[in-house]
Amino acid sequence: MAETAYWEAIRRAHDEEMANDKLVIAMGEDIGVAGGTYKATSGLFEKYGPERIIDTPISENSYTGIGIGASMTGMRPIIEIMSINFALLALDTLINAAAKIRYMSGGQIACPIVMRTPGGTAHQLAAQHSARLARMFMSTSGLRVVTPRGPLDAYGMLKSAVRSNDPVIIIEHEQMYNLKEDIPDEEFFRPLEGAEVVREGSDITLIGYNYSVHLCLQAAKRLEADGISAEVLDLRALKPLDRESIRKSVEKTHRVLVAEEDEAPVGVGAEIMAVVTEDCFYALDAQPVRIHAADVPVPYNAKLEKAAIPSADDVYHGALKVMGKI
Amino acid sequence: MNDADKKRLLREMIFYRRFEDRTFEAYMERKIGGFLHLYTGQEAVATGVLEMARTGQGTDNDYVITGYRDHVHAIKTGAPAREVMAELYGKETGSSKGRGGSMHIFDASQNFMGGYALVGQPFPLAAGLAMGCKHKGTDQIAICFLGDGANNQGTFHETMNMAKVWNLPVLFVCENNQYAIGTHINRSTAVLDQYKRVCAYDMEASQHDGMDIDVVMEASKKAVDFVRSGKGPYFIEFMTYRYRGHSMSDAKGYRTKEEEAEWQKRDPIKIYSERLIEAGIIKAADIKAMEKEIDDEIENDIIKFAEESPEPKVEELTKYVLDDNPDPRWVGPLHK
Repeated sequence: MAETAYWEAIRRAHDEEMANDKLVIAMGEDIGVAGGTYKATSGLFEKYGPERIIDTPISENSYTGIGIGASMTGMRPIIEIMSINFALLALDTLINAAAKIRYMSGGQIACPIVMRTPGGTAHQLAAQHSARLARMFMSTSGLRVVTPRGPLDAYGMLKSAVRSNDPVIIIEHEQMYNLKEDIPDEEFFRPLEGAEVVREGSDITLIGYNYSVHLCLQAAKRLEADGISAEVLDLRALKPLDRESIRKSVEKTHRVLVAEEDEAPVGVGAEIMAVVTEDCFYALDAQPVRIHAADVPVPYNAKLEKAAIPSADDVYHGALKVMGKI
Repeated sequence: MNDADKKRLLREMIFYRRFEDRTFEAYMERKIGGFLHLYTGQEAVATGVLEMARTGQGTDNDYVITGYRDHVHAIKTGAPAREVMAELYGKETGSSKGRGGSMHIFDASQNFMGGYALVGQPFPLAAGLAMGCKHKGTDQIAICFLGDGANNQGTFHETMNMAKVWNLPVLFVCENNQYAIGTHINRSTAVLDQYKRVCAYDMEASQHDGMDIDVVMEASKKAVDFVRSGKGPYFIEFMTYRYRGHSMSDAKGYRTKEEEAEWQKRDPIKIYSERLIEAGIIKAADIKAMEKEIDDEIENDIIKFAEESPEPKVEELTKYVLDDNPDPRWVGPLHK
């Protein structure tokens, strides 16, 4: 076991997968000579060269498309998009092509690309660098969407994503790249499907994904001091969604809160609410609550930014509301 | 090229014309749904370019990719015509098992990597196919057929730049039929000669008559050889014309009968037929017999196959969305 930062975990997964298979390449803006905006590919340009660690021009839609085309020949490109906001430029090749080629070719052609990108709000980056967008990818047939909450999943899910035959979107988070966790020294894989109970509890289920899992864990600690036992469920994968684990947890606790950093309308929380309603409505003892961002473009001013996005405090108070304590 | 090959090429072009004409009829009979974009008039381009490419060798073929006007490109690359027709009929035996339709013909067994409905999207996909060839060290190339209208997409400029920077083995074939759906090129595009636009990326490029298959083949041979030799991408433009509307819903109100007649004087099948007759390679009566034989083949084999094939099963609606047999080591589910 070694204490590893999130960015180091991603770097290690790149390194091992590239060493394992010559068909694995990485491409993105500044990932090579510059070492990557979040250091996720640092040192790999020197090790694998410019043909495999490819510095791209600022042309998100087409370099994503080039990665997709390469994947159609059996290559396994890991495409880095510097900020999820820029992924909007690549939606045509990603959603109209990668997500649909297997289906519209009648299963003949796979597009095994991995797209990694940080979503989320961090240190006053303002509206055009703070998008989350998980909901958009989550609602697209033909994609896998995963949201590693820490180094263990960041490493293990990237390795699995490279080997999977489907297009996989990995949504990281600016606030998590320096998060540390002990991970095994020997190689391991973490599957691309399945939610995980990261804290057992019996009174309420707090559902999170990506960074909001940490808000749920912090809230759960405070709730414990109030004598409330909160279970925290990390969705891990938004697509396909593990409905079974949601149902199981809600049937155990009878109360549920969903925490998302994104805006609420037609969002991840809305989808989870629908799942809860469809799959375990009669298990509910209280009205569920969604904790989410304000419905505004993320502001620059630090105070406003803080007010726009949910905090552990918001999750804590939301849970108290579900419990009927406020 | 020997006389037999010349006769074969003439037969192929007539076949493509008749094939498209027959899909028109089937569309009117509502046997074919969706949008249907016909290649009539442009036959010399796909036939001539792909004659110079590597086909007939399965997955060792060059990679071919195009837009939605894709039937002829698919067949010339090696997709069986009966499977293309069955795809138009939405049948399980179709090229894409009835999931794609006219605009999305695929045949991975021949490296025909599809027809795409997003104008300009095949540019980067083609460059990616070329990147795959280069990375694996094969001598295959990628060939991307698109119309002049596609060149006004951002993907055109982004891809030309990267294809050149990375020296990718890709041949971009611009079929300049002068109309982006119903808008003439002189109303939409600042530079009419499309090959000039890639000069900005320092890419090799040339422009040729796309109605004369001999011209197409000669120019394409040079371009294909250039790309295959590792010298980088090439952009080749062919001046051509589509006789029918953009798709079946197009009344062609944006152009004159005189303009159409002018182009049809230089019909690719007509000029090649006349050339072969003049050279004593074929007789007019042989061509008549050839047409009859083609019509019989289309009716008795291709249409029959499409008509009699089963439709996809509704129970298989969700097949092919993701890998249907994923490896649980990577995909899960997560076991505690």
